[in-house]
Amino acid sequence: MSIRTSRIPAENTAQAITANRLSDGSVIYLTAKDNWSERIEDCQSAPDPQAAKVLLHQAQRHAANGHVVGPYLFKIEHENGTPVALGRREIIRTRGPSVGTDLKRPI
Amino acid sequence: MPLIKHGRLVEDRWHETDDFAEVQTLAPLGPVIVSLDVWRQHKDAILAFDGPIGLRLAPGQTPDLAAADLHRFEVIALEFATFTDGRAYSQARLLRQRHGYKGELRAVGEVLRDQLTFMLRCGFDSFSLATAQQAQALLEAVEEFAHWYQPALDGRATIPALRRGSGEKSSPVAAGCAATWAY
Amino acid sequence: MYRYDEFDHAFVAERVAQFSGQVARRVSGELSEDEFKPLRLMNGLYLQLHAYMLRVAIPYGTLASHQLRKLAHIARTYDHGYGHFTTRQNIQYNWPKLEDVPKILAELAEVEMHAIQTSGNCIRNITADPLAGVAADEVDDPRTYAEIIRQWSTLHPEFSFLPRKFKIAVTGAPSDRAVTRGHDIGLRMHRNADGEPGFEVMVGGGQGRTPILAKTLRDFLPVDQMLSYLEAILRVYNQLGRRDNIYKARLKIMVESLGVEALAELVEAEWAQIPDGTLDLPIEERQRIAAYFAPPSYVDLPDESSALDGAIAADASFAAWVESNVHEHKQPGYAIATISTKPHGGIPGDASAEQMEAIADLAEQYGFGEIRISHKQNLILPDIQKTDLFALWQALGILGMSAANAGRISDIIACPGLDYCNLANARSIPIAQRISERFSDLAREREIGDISLNISGCINACAHHHVANIGVLGVDKKGTEYYQVTLGGVSNENAAIGSIIGPAFDEWQIADAIETIVDVYLQQREVGEKFIQTYQRIGPQPFKEKLYASD
Ligand code: SF4
Repeated sequence: MSIRTSRIPAENTAQAITANRLSDGSVIYLTAKDNWSERIEDCQSAPDPQAAKVLLHQAQRHAANGHVVGPYLFKIEHENGTPVALGRREIIRTRGPSVGTDLKRPI
Repeated sequence: MPLIKHGRLVEDRWHETDDFAEVQTLAPLGPVIVSLDVWRQHKDAILAFDGPIGLRLAPGQTPDLAAADLHRFEVIALEFATFTDGRAYSQARLLRQRHGYKGELRAVGEVLRDQLTFMLRCGFDSFSLATAQQAQALLEAVEEFAHWYQPALDGRATIPALRRGSGEKSSPVAAGCAATWAY
Repeated sequence: MYRYDEFDHAFVAERVAQFSGQVARRVSGELSEDEFKPLRLMNGLYLQLHAYMLRVAIPYGTLASHQLRKLAHIARTYDHGYGHFTTRQNIQYNWPKLEDVPKILAELAEVEMHAIQTSGNCIRNITADPLAGVAADEVDDPRTYAEIIRQWSTLHPEFSFLPRKFKIAVTGAPSDRAVTRGHDIGLRMHRNADGEPGFEVMVGGGQGRTPILAKTLRDFLPVDQMLSYLEAILRVYNQLGRRDNIYKARLKIMVESLGVEALAELVEAEWAQIPDGTLDLPIEERQRIAAYFAPPSYVDLPDESSALDGAIAADASFAAWVESNVHEHKQPGYAIATISTKPHGGIPGDASAEQMEAIADLAEQYGFGEIRISHKQNLILPDIQKTDLFALWQALGILGMSAANAGRISDIIACPGLDYCNLANARSIPIAQRISERFSDLAREREIGDISLNISGCINACAHHHVANIGVLGVDKKGTEYYQVTLGGVSNENAAIGSIIGPAFDEWQIADAIETIVDVYLQQREVGEKFIQTYQRIGPQPFKEKLYASD
C-alpha cells in the first residue's frame, strides 16, 4: 500500500471521531445516530471546529460511560460523498496494517 | 477521611496540617500530624504541646531527615502523590527495617485497591481512603495472593522459605496486621 | 528448563485471577480507563493503533516445545493466526480482545507462562544470552540467575512503581549476545583470580531518545550476593530517579548526571546496610534452580559428521545456510541452528501458528524439545546433531523458514512501527521488506557478510537501531515518513552507538541509500574485513560522499 500523499490541509477540514471499543479494541467511528460503527463510511462528519467540539463532547460522554476508549477527532475529506481519513496514521488505522502478506483486518 | 487501620474501618482522630499557626490551634484539641518542614522549624514548640504527634513525609523526603526523632511520632504518613509514584514504598521499608519504626505507618494520597498488597508488604498498616465504600474492596485485595517470592513485612513466609520447608505456611494476614521483622 | 513447582503455579494462577478481576471491574465501569491503564500495562496489555496488543514473557528466551504449541494455539484461537517475536525475547499478539485476555492468561498459566511485567514502570522480562547452556564460550549458564531474578522481581512490593521501565539482561559468556550494555542493568558472568564465579555489573544502558551504553558499576560481584546488590541499586533508583520528565526518568540519566562513581558509592552504602543472608538465596535453592538447566542427555558423538560434510559438498544452498545459521555447540557432534523469521520480503519476527507448531515438532524430533528466542527476533534450536542438520534444513524449507541469512544484511530487526504501534512516527516493516528484497541474492548476501541493520519506527528505538552497524530511524516531517540513517553501532561486547550520517531519506530513497552504503563498503574493504571494521577504519566520510553526492 502506498501512503505517499498524506498532506493534511490546515484549516476548516471536516473532522470525525474515532475510538477503540472497550470489549475487543476494534477501531470504531461515531455515527450520526450517536452510535458507533466499525466503518468509517458511517461516521458523522463535523464540517467546522464548532461542530467538531460538540461531537467530541458527545464521544467523551460515551467514554465516561465505558464501552469506548480514547475518542479523538481526526481529519477527513469526502471522495464522491464518502468520508475518507486524511493523514498516514489514520489511513493505516482505517485500512489495517500496510504490510500485506497474511495479515487481515479483524472481521 | 475514612481510614483503614489494622484491617478495620476506624475513625481517624488525627488532624493534619503543614501550617504551624494551625498546629497551635489544633494541637491542644487532639493528635496532629505535621509536615517535615513544620517539624524542623518548630520542633520544640510542638513538643511543648505534650499531645500525640505525627509526621508526614512528602515523596522524596528520606526518613534519614528525621531519623533522630522517629520515636516521637505515633503516626508517620507517607504520601502517594499519584498511583504511579512509588517512592513511598521505599520510604516505608526504610522506616520499618532500617530505622526500626514501630508506630502507625499510614498511606495517604492516591490509595487504590490494586496497590494495597504492595503497601502492606512494605510495612504500611493504615490507609487513608477517599470514600468509605473503598474499604471493602481494599480488604478483599489482601486475599488475592497467598504467598510471594520476596521477603517483606506482611508476616507471610516467602516462597523460597516454604520450599526449604523453613516457613510456616501462614494464612494471609488481615490488612495491617502488625509488621513482623522477616526482612 | 525451569519447571514451576506448586508455589509458582499457585502464584501465576492468583495473578490470572487478579487480572481477570481487574478486567471485570473495567468492563463493569468500576474502573475508568485512566485507572485501568496502569493495571493492564503491568500485565503487558496495550491499546495499539488498531486493537489491543498482548505481550507475553518468554523468560530469558527459553521455551519448551509444548509452550510454543500453546503460543500457536493462542495465535489461532484468540488472534489472527500469528505472533510477533520481539527484541526483548517476548511474543506479541496484535489482535486479542479484552474479554479474551483472562482466558489467554489462563491458557498460558497451564504451560507455566505469563504476561507479568512485560510493560509498565517495573522490572521487565529478564533477558539472557539465547545460546545459554550451549555456547562453547560460556562460563556458566546465566538462566539460573535470570530465573532467580525473575522470581525476586515478580510483583516486587517496593519496585513495582519505579520512575520508568527497568530492563535487566544476563549473560554467562564473554561474547555478548544479549546486548547487556543496552540495559538498565547488565550482568556478565566471569571468574575471579580464585576461579569463583561472579558478575560484572553494568548500569545505565538504554536505547530511546538518549542512547547510552551501560557503565561498569562493579567489576566483580559474587554470584551469591546478586539479589541484595540488585535490591540496593533498585532502592537508590526508586528514591532518586527523576519522575518529573519521562525522557529523563531512566537509570541511564541518573548515571549520566551523578556519574557512575557517585552512584556506586550510593549503591555500596545502601548494600552495606542490607543485612547479610536476609535476601540472597542459600546455595541449596540456587542449586535447585540450576538443576533445571542441567545439560540434556547428549549422546557421545564424534565432532565431525561425514553426513554433514557430504551434504555441504552436495548442496550449495544448504552449505550457505550452515555457514550463516549454524553455530558452534559446546558438545561434540552437536550444533546450534538459527531459524530465521526473515524470509526476503517477510515481516521480521512474525511466525504463523502453523510455523510455530512445526518448529515445536522439529525441536522434539531433532533436539530435546527446547527452543530459544533471540533478541534478533529469530528462533534457535539449541541441540541439533550435526548429522540431522540437513533434514532439519529441508523441513524448514517447507515452512518457508530456511533463509540463510542469520547475521546477514536481510536479518533485519524491525519494530512493528506505524503499521501497529500507537507511538510510531513511520512504518518500519514495509521498509524492512523492501530492503530485504533488494538483497535477496544469496551470493551477494554472502559477499557482504556479517552486518546488522535495524529499523525503528520512532525514537523509542525498540529495534535497537542505535547499536546496529546500519541503523534506520523513522521520523515524520510534515506528514511524510523519512528515515534517518546511523552508521557504526555495535551490539556485542564491543558495544558502540552509531552516528547519524546526514539528512534523512524518504520512503522511496531509503533502500537505495542502504545499497549505496553497502557498495561503499564493498569497494573500500580490505581482505577479510567486516562492514563494521571497514567503517571503523575509514570513518563516515566516504559513505557521506556517495550518499549525498548529487546534493
Ligand atoms: S520504536 Fe517506536 S514505533 Fe517502533 S515499536 Fe517502539 S515505540 Fe513503536
